[in-house]
Amino acid sequence: MTLTLRALLGASVAAGLSTAALAETITIATVNNGDMIRMQGLTSEFTAANPDITVEWVTLEENVLRQKVTTDIATKGGQFDIMTIGTYEVPIWGKQGWLVSLNDLPAEFDIDDLLPAIRGGLTVDGNLYAAPFYGESSMVMYRTDLMEKAGLTMPEAPTWADIKAAAAAMTDKENEIYGICLRGKAGWGENMAFLTAMSNSYGARWFDMDWKPQFDGAAWKATLTDYLDMMNNFGPPGASNNGFNENLALFQQGKCGMWIDATVAASFVTGADSTVADKVGFALAPDNGLGRRSNWLWAWSLAIPAGTQKEASAKKFVEWATSKAYLELVASKEGWANVPPGTRTSLYENPEYAKIPFAKMTLDSINSADPTNPTVDPVPYVGVQFVAIPEFQGLATAVGQQFSAALAGTTSLDDALKNSQDLAIREMTKAGYIK
Amino acid sequence: MPDMARKTTTARKATVTALAWTVGFLIFFPVLWTFLTSFKTEGEAIAAPPSFLFFDWTVENYLTVNERSDYPRHFWNSVVIAVGSTLLGVLIAIPAAWSLAFVPGRRTRDVLMWMLSTKMMPAVGVLVPMYLIFRDTGLLDTKSGLVGVLTLVNLPIIVWMLYTYFKEIPAEILEAARMDGAGLRSEIIYVLAPMAVPGIASTILLNIILAWNEAFWTLNLAAAKAAPLTAFIASYSSPEGLFYAKLSAASTMAIAPILILGWFSQKQLVRGLTFGAVK
Repeated sequence: MTLTLRALLGASVAAGLSTAALAETITIATVNNGDMIRMQGLTSEFTAANPDITVEWVTLEENVLRQKVTTDIATKGGQFDIMTIGTYEVPIWGKQGWLVSLNDLPAEFDIDDLLPAIRGGLTVDGNLYAAPFYGESSMVMYRTDLMEKAGLTMPEAPTWADIKAAAAAMTDKENEIYGICLRGKAGWGENMAFLTAMSNSYGARWFDMDWKPQFDGAAWKATLTDYLDMMNNFGPPGASNNGFNENLALFQQGKCGMWIDATVAASFVTGADSTVADKVGFALAPDNGLGRRSNWLWAWSLAIPAGTQKEASAKKFVEWATSKAYLELVASKEGWANVPPGTRTSLYENPEYAKIPFAKMTLDSINSADPTNPTVDPVPYVGVQFVAIPEFQGLATAVGQQFSAALAGTTSLDDALKNSQDLAIREMTKAGYIK
Repeated sequence: MPDMARKTTTARKATVTALAWTVGFLIFFPVLWTFLTSFKTEGEAIAAPPSFLFFDWTVENYLTVNERSDYPRHFWNSVVIAVGSTLLGVLIAIPAAWSLAFVPGRRTRDVLMWMLSTKMMPAVGVLVPMYLIFRDTGLLDTKSGLVGVLTLVNLPIIVWMLYTYFKEIPAEILEAARMDGAGLRSEIIYVLAPMAVPGIASTILLNIILAWNEAFWTLNLAAAKAAPLTAFIASYSSPEGLFYAKLSAASTMAIAPILILGWFSQKQLVRGLTFGAVK
């Protein structure tokens, strides 16, 4: 009896050990936002279908994550098997050979179903280096009630002149209603994301084809002049400290007539925490009739670092999380409004998804951005609201500080542009772009 | 005349007390605000003007945080890393501080300054070399690796603190022990250590707090398995989205243990920190 018991115990321990030995753990680094958290919640669906894989999550704030995964991939540390990275990193890392090509994902992945603008931003020399998990652009969110009160209607595709007129008409400073709320906080992913995208619609560019900085041109001056005019006359006080979250809070409390920011904000301003949820309209980001709108393009994507020992398992997960089936899984559990947007053509052809109020606007915004050809004149770089070179983070943050100071009134517009031009020339010469 | 002097003293005392309370409250206010915010909804957390006490209290954030993250694992990692690195540091620092305090040489001051100077370099300056060492020795994302690095990071402070306390102990007592035939080991363990207990205790407590709050190395060198509470907090912040209430709940859970430890040991801490202040 005892012997049988022992044998049984031994067998079960051995069985347990062998399962544990077989199961491979993949570590995934990701950012803290709604769609990613939902994906974590659905991990059990993946592991149920793939019992030989277990998943370990590392969720971090965006800037902490960026620092950490950059250190890890640059030193080939191997802490992660999958990294969540943006459209800024993919072209740089892909060119360095740091990422595994995803061209060989199975046919069900349907690579041709990816939205062309998004796919273009994640492809280097014909290789798809990251699978988009969700895509976003920027657009105008406005108060329908305030527009009506002002006797105006917002065109579906407004110009900057329309925006200026609407901002002037809606502003009612005595009642703390400001016509327009825009980013002012310094940072390459803060005010510079907005201003770089805005400058595209004015025909400005960061560099010409010889990598010469262009802040001394008329187009940047026109961009900054209009931005400062609008913000000084119709913007909220202290706007040079405002980023996404600050403007979101202002808009939700009914203090903004318009807010131009990420399409992902649509679900927040129409959500339960918003006091103006039923009074929000959407329009494309404005243009100036030059053939380029002022919207940006970003995709949080899943990439596999080259050199991981668990490439096959990692690919399985990437394929699962970015597949059409995943979108249907989320829809079945939490409804179509919670499906990660902006990656697949088929999603926008789905009649159920078309009922979501901001679905079409998101698609139109994404489709009107072209990361390989972002502004009016040709440029030597990839990126709509950024320049996909390693030096950009530092340089754009320094330029962002100049522009934020101009908004705060501590420096003049001309000085901000001149300082930015000097900074950019110095950095680009040091980095060897300017010979 | 003496009556007036007493009055002035009382008035001055009251002012000083009021001032101390004000400063204390100001220092404590962010913690209190974090605590209050953790019981608000995300909407109330960003409301302007903010409500101080009169809002619908909810524990929803704590439930969400507990459901999403593995608090016990992060907590345990923090305990191991903070306590482990401090004890290891103290073990190394006691003999070091002993020799600096009781057998000073021509270069003692320089040695002390050099130790402190390692704290002056920004940590990020050595991130890549450290990362490479950790990668090659297989220490990335391990508790032992973090214990090692935090020991090194806090060692200068531990040595300095112990050195200051040891300096206050009359060398004659140690000499007497030596005369009585105590070896170096017994001298440190049986004579020096018991006399320096308040100092050693406050050094340990302060360094546990420092190691508990250390957020550069712990965030960069750990990923999943060894991640302490700093990583737990960092997972609730976001540049795009509403997160203040959940972040506050996570922060409250992360600082609560160390706050409680500090509360119970405050007498010891204050005694240790002011040890030797009045000669």
